[in-house]
Amino acid sequence: MHTAHFRPLDVESIRKDFPIFATEPPLAFLDNAASTQTPRPVVEAMDAYYDTYRSNIHRGIYRISEEATEQYERAREKIAQLINAPRTRQIIFTRNTTESINLVAYSWGSANIREGDEIVLTVMEHHSNLVPWQLLAQRTGAVLRFLEITDEGLLDFTQFRDVLTEKTKLVAIGHVSNVLGTINPIQSVTEAAHAVGAKVVVDAAQSTPHFHVDVQQLDCDFLAFSGHKMCGPTGIGVLYGKLELLEEMPPFLGGGSMIRSVERDVSSYAELPAKFEAGTPSIAEAIGLGHAADYITQANLAAIHVHEQELLKYAHQRLKEIEGITLYGPSAPHQKMGVISFNMEGIHPHDVAGVLDTHGVAIRAGHHCAQPLMKRLDVIATARASFYLYNTIEDVDRLYDGLCRTQKLMTRRKQ
Amino acid sequence: MNIYQEELLDHYENPSNYGTLPNPDISHEEDNPLCGDQIRMDLLVEDDKIKEVRFCGHGCTISLAAASMLTEKIEGKSLEEVKQLSKDDILDMVGIPLGPVRIKCALLGLKVLKAGAYGINCWPGEEE
Repeated sequence: MHTAHFRPLDVESIRKDFPIFATEPPLAFLDNAASTQTPRPVVEAMDAYYDTYRSNIHRGIYRISEEATEQYERAREKIAQLINAPRTRQIIFTRNTTESINLVAYSWGSANIREGDEIVLTVMEHHSNLVPWQLLAQRTGAVLRFLEITDEGLLDFTQFRDVLTEKTKLVAIGHVSNVLGTINPIQSVTEAAHAVGAKVVVDAAQSTPHFHVDVQQLDCDFLAFSGHKMCGPTGIGVLYGKLELLEEMPPFLGGGSMIRSVERDVSSYAELPAKFEAGTPSIAEAIGLGHAADYITQANLAAIHVHEQELLKYAHQRLKEIEGITLYGPSAPHQKMGVISFNMEGIHPHDVAGVLDTHGVAIRAGHHCAQPLMKRLDVIATARASFYLYNTIEDVDRLYDGLCRTQKLMTRRKQ
Repeated sequence: MNIYQEELLDHYENPSNYGTLPNPDISHEEDNPLCGDQIRMDLLVEDDKIKEVRFCGHGCTISLAAASMLTEKIEGKSLEEVKQLSKDDILDMVGIPLGPVRIKCALLGLKVLKAGAYGINCWPGEEE
């Protein structure tokens, strides 16, 4: 990321927007790659919907329904701006990244993937960008091929030329690994994929919340992310797609809102984006997501990124002081995002997380929905700390202290 | 109450009946896909009573300590008595409050035992 002009983050005032940090000592919340906290302005925007204009959107012929429609569609505009989508109707609201990817796999996939076609994935994919393609391959007889990673946890790009052939119809890749933090070179991937006529789906769940994602610059065909990892509520996610693709694609779910007219046996479908938004959507959540986009934009995504890099550098340095610790992923902080996966010798990661919890430090432990990556790393599970805009150097210190205590407690007699 | 207390840590560090049996009457292994914990139980059964039991595997403190305690509890018991063991028996035995995630760690040993001895494949407490 280049160094754009920005004010550094005012973390102290940001933290005041999050009542969960008001305790003393404050919760050290380091599980942001799983889900982030929600600031007051986002909660208040959703409250305002429930308190003052609660109604269904689109066909209501009364004032509050019109307001709900306006706010829902305003949220779509905000998201289009956030990722620089050329047209607002290229933004489809879904439940989450997983649903967005499934939408592509069912709708685009079923119409375009045939027996013998190849779908290229990476070994570091989250299950949400793996299992939908496995299901598609099983339905169609397509073949999955995998890009490997280096021991450093970087995408092995040399292998890309061998794996990518004219049989390749699709490349599905995470922008940032939820386990290693590795930032993948999406622009190079889309260039190479488009050169053989393949489409590219980007799982941007771990990137959109943390730096400026520009779909036109990436030139990806589809991009998916979730609201709840970017200060928004749960139950709302986004699918972006290139216009000509979305327009050609058959509907995913059928029902209300997605139709133009319905006969007994056939229907014609609504224009984008309604074609892909069957049924009453998550209205409050979409409005909340729009305000979350405002929130991180106002905080400044470039400043958020710099702040997280500082925390990451400091955490790398502190954690390396601990004897018997293994850090996974790129060792150079600039090649990765604020995610640190690690293991402590002789201690199960669940115990690491369990002891940390008793010290007010929340981290995740497990396979992080990336079992093929766990196999590649030759581990059963890892512990993972991940940062966001409200985290502080003190949070990292508490993590470090907690890890030292964990080690002391769990290896008392082995010393 | 802290889940990392003395008794559990003792069982974790010096588990009872850890290992395998050369010719077990019953041998069964299962894992908890949530955390990758894996436990195997070997049983020697004589006159319908558990004569010897060994367990092995890998996992967190809770799963290994609970399995270790369970082997102590069932030695000499009849298979019918083992079948009657419930989720609550395990929780009483472990003696600390556990949340919905870690509870499965504690129950893994009993799940392996019941699956191996009776083909009961669900989590204790989730029967029916």
